[in-house]
Amino acid sequence: MRYDITLTMTYSYDSPAAGVRQLAHLLPLDLLDFDGAGGSGQPVPRQRLIAGRLDFDPEPAVREDRFDFFGNAISEVAFHEALDEIVIRLQARVEVNKVSAPIPATIPLDGLVAAVAACWDLGPRSPVHFIYPSPRVPFDPAIADYARGCSQPGASVAGVVEALGRRLNVDMKFDAEATTASTPISESFAQRHGVCQDFSQIMISALRSLGIPAGYVSGFLRTLPPPGKPRLEGADAMHAWVCAWCGPDTGWVEYDPTNATFAGTDHVVVAYGRDYADVAPVRGAMRIAGSHTSDQAVDVIPLTD
Amino acid sequence: MPGKANRKRAGSHAFLQGYVPSEGVPDELFDFGGEMRPGWSGLIEHLASQKADQLERSFARGRQYLRDAGVFFRQYGAGDQGVRDWPLSPVPVVLTDMEWAEISAGLIQRADLLEAVAADIYGDNSLVAQGRIPAGLVAGNPEWLRPMVGVRPASGHFLHFVAFEIGRRPDGRWWVLGDRTQAPSGAGYALENRVASMRSFSGYYRNANVVRLASFFRAFRDGLNALKQDPSGRVGILSPGPMTDTYYEHAYIARYLGMMLLEGEDLTVESGRLMVRTVSGLQPVSVLWRRLDSVWVDPLELDESSRLGTPGLLTAVRNGNVTMINALGTGVLESRAFLAFLPRLSEVLLGAPLRMPNVATWWCGGADERAHVAGHADRMMIGPANSIRLPLEPGEDTALGGAAAQRKGRDVAAWLEAEGDRLIGQDQVTLSTTPAWFEGRLVPRPMSIRVFLARTEDGWQVMPGGYARLAAEQDPSAVSIRQGGSVADVWVVSDKPVAADTMLHHSTETFVRSLPGILPSRAADNLFWLGRYVERAEGTMRLVRAYNGRIDETPAGGSPLMDSLKEFLEDRDVDVEEGLPRHLVRTLSSAVNSASHIRDRFSVDAWASLTDLQRTLAKMSPKVVPGDDAAAAMGVLLRKITGFSGLVNDNMYRFTGWRFLTLGRSIERALAMASLLSVFADRDAREGGFDLCVEVGDSVMSHRRRYSVTTSRETVIDLLALDHLNPRSIAYHVDEIRNQISLLPGAEVNGQLSGLSRSALKLYSDLTLHTPQTLDGEALGRILQDIYTLTGDVAGTYLS
Repeated sequence: MRYDITLTMTYSYDSPAAGVRQLAHLLPLDLLDFDGAGGSGQPVPRQRLIAGRLDFDPEPAVREDRFDFFGNAISEVAFHEALDEIVIRLQARVEVNKVSAPIPATIPLDGLVAAVAACWDLGPRSPVHFIYPSPRVPFDPAIADYARGCSQPGASVAGVVEALGRRLNVDMKFDAEATTASTPISESFAQRHGVCQDFSQIMISALRSLGIPAGYVSGFLRTLPPPGKPRLEGADAMHAWVCAWCGPDTGWVEYDPTNATFAGTDHVVVAYGRDYADVAPVRGAMRIAGSHTSDQAVDVIPLTD
Repeated sequence: MPGKANRKRAGSHAFLQGYVPSEGVPDELFDFGGEMRPGWSGLIEHLASQKADQLERSFARGRQYLRDAGVFFRQYGAGDQGVRDWPLSPVPVVLTDMEWAEISAGLIQRADLLEAVAADIYGDNSLVAQGRIPAGLVAGNPEWLRPMVGVRPASGHFLHFVAFEIGRRPDGRWWVLGDRTQAPSGAGYALENRVASMRSFSGYYRNANVVRLASFFRAFRDGLNALKQDPSGRVGILSPGPMTDTYYEHAYIARYLGMMLLEGEDLTVESGRLMVRTVSGLQPVSVLWRRLDSVWVDPLELDESSRLGTPGLLTAVRNGNVTMINALGTGVLESRAFLAFLPRLSEVLLGAPLRMPNVATWWCGGADERAHVAGHADRMMIGPANSIRLPLEPGEDTALGGAAAQRKGRDVAAWLEAEGDRLIGQDQVTLSTTPAWFEGRLVPRPMSIRVFLARTEDGWQVMPGGYARLAAEQDPSAVSIRQGGSVADVWVVSDKPVAADTMLHHSTETFVRSLPGILPSRAADNLFWLGRYVERAEGTMRLVRAYNGRIDETPAGGSPLMDSLKEFLEDRDVDVEEGLPRHLVRTLSSAVNSASHIRDRFSVDAWASLTDLQRTLAKMSPKVVPGDDAAAAMGVLLRKITGFSGLVNDNMYRFTGWRFLTLGRSIERALAMASLLSVFADRDAREGGFDLCVEVGDSVMSHRRRYSVTTSRETVIDLLALDHLNPRSIAYHVDEIRNQISLLPGAEVNGQLSGLSRSALKLYSDLTLHTPQTLDGEALGRILQDIYTLTGDVAGTYLS
């Protein structure tokens, strides 16, 4: 499946913002080394970035494009003059290939601790990065209790991931107004509401409490308009879901708790991290007297072959 | 060896009566055989030669020095946010230079080992790949900073200034209790301890062959300067600011080494380079000795909640333009779990065993280690692996035999099984005792020593001596000054005379070689506002005194002048119903706050005088009632505040910093006088207004001498607005403002006056061309407005 993705983010400042510096995680990833076909026949990449560009308006004084620790593309920009507004535009064409259903886990949950301990590896995809508390996903006793209730003795790791994700999807109410990007997970979990970021980070905390390495995936989701209605332009949004490590054979699986589904060809990956803080679409710092507002418009348009 | 004799003689001294080290615990003064250890006899004889009251007076000199110098310890928690006196135990810990050489060799080896480990875990991670360190030990530590992985430090080294906490084991050998690789504090306190102990032992110290500390700091400072890749680059000390418990030390070290004391907001990253905002524009910073933990230094890439950092700093580091002391992320090595692996890593990386062992530690992620810890839990401290807590610093999360888990109703074995990779077990530690002075005699107290190492151009140098921490009780269960313990100087003594290196008493003379360096804009801003707040406080005191002094002679129904004065004060947020207006307390707090950010820049006496003023105010505050009482209180405060101004003006070096202080003061005084005259010396002023102006302007004598008439609008305006010789007049201060601005950086651009210089000159000319007749309320209003505009321009040009 191919998509044309456009995103426009607009930051408006009440009074001119000086010394603006931003760090953007917005360009979709090239996932060439992930075998999307599950081993049968000619391997195809899970995701390919055919073309993509990220522009800032006004033109930054300094711009550096690089890759972060986890291999995500980041752009760091700095502006010398004070600004009333910054517009960030992404245009990308991406190919997403079908991911086979997860291989039935060869190890049960109680074997996973040893499997993680056997990882003598600090590379970006090593599960050891994803088992410990991280800035936005601390250990939370209430979530840990909840997670224990979802894991059956002897269940496979992938089975636990799916069961937990489904359960969260049922118990949590999607509410775009209830939380912000900085609401702690303990709070959104206590209220059982939130958006994809809350669903995902709660699920990550739950998985880690069970000993399953779990991370945060930031990306785009193709959304289908209601039957009979046209697609509304700019109505899509950035999305987030969860990746979980199910042992050395199965490796990583991706589950979307907001939609109770494994990530498929509707999911376009932008970045992997331990939690939102590692991969926030835009992190910024500035000196400003007033407040600021931001606005985003996203379109994920499938291309017909 | 005269040991036995000493013991006998020493035993006869009254102050040694009852000095009985605990059974099986080594002591620094006496060995197990009861003989005095080498190095101590001179000191003990000196103590014996003094009468009890002489000694108390000597020790009081040391304490007085610390109080005068403003050395304090900030205490957190438990409702007590205050500061407490620096708890120095006057009797030093004495070690021979031979023993010290052995300690030094062990710690230099350890510093090299830690450097190699840092290079690996921020490099190719071969130690993890080879199974030498568990991956989780690194990945699970919040101080392992992923953005720094693969970044080689510009200097080629990760570690430049480290500290080790060491203690003496029961077998008499030293061992390492903990590694401090992040931003170790205490070196400045060690210096202050030394100055205080010199005071306490004046006369004796000079000939006691105590190795001096100064050359260590000089070598380190030279080492930092040598790291500058760019000759124009600066060396700075990055502090979290006055609210941190070791801020005193940051300011002290900055003053001592002649380096800029910076906070995160002083810095900015431009075109990938780290720059400091100064009154002379942006200037490059090449070396930053950071005194705050890595995670706070850059809110863009590290902890996003940090208000202490500089956005983009990591990029500047990645670009290789700045050397961080120590490299960002080196705090990971402080994790006590590393103690479990360092003995083996020494063999692997250095090809030799550790010269000085560390406390036996087991990381419970391994099955064998878990079994060992579970089997010996009764003598093991068990707690979080990533903690940097020292073995003897008690904490809720770490306790003997896993008691911390048991308190929460958990079984130790199950705890270890479930969370082993996050736990360590550590042998329980017993430390040696050293003599502490307690109510006229010596008592044995457990102690550990913090030893500092600095990388210099000739390799690692060890500070000869340091900083000992003593427990509050003989029972060695806690060595923490937060728990009521104390600190002591450490003397390394030689049996030969030592070089009498100049160890100047907290002055910069040895080190400063040129004019004061550049002035960071924030420091200038604080100096400017210090000047303004102090002047504002003084002005308020005079007005409040004038009001209260007139209450008794004012008819019951009030008078137009008093009503007018009350309104004038209320416009300035001063409530005359309060004998000691809260406004004054707030203004002075603001002054103290400004001053606290720039303690490296003005004298110890001036600081003491300012805080004394604040204390006096606090003491008076609830008691003073309006009327004569308040007027008298204002008199007291005025004398104190002039004392402060005098100290500042007499002592401050006449350079850029002083100019901003002076500007603040002159601007505030000119503004205050212009607004006073515009109300009380206008044509329709209330009766008594002219005399009020002269009184508040502290010019009663001058007026009497210069004008042999009673006050009139003309004489008052002439004296208080236009007389260039009267230090209370607007003209005097507008002249001062013009003069100071003309001496600031950038006052002339290509030989022409800058815009700011022109505005200042114009203000000066406008005022000078007035006569008492033309300078009425309206004209004063215009002057007032021009001063405000000029103030905004000064701030815009230099202070942001």
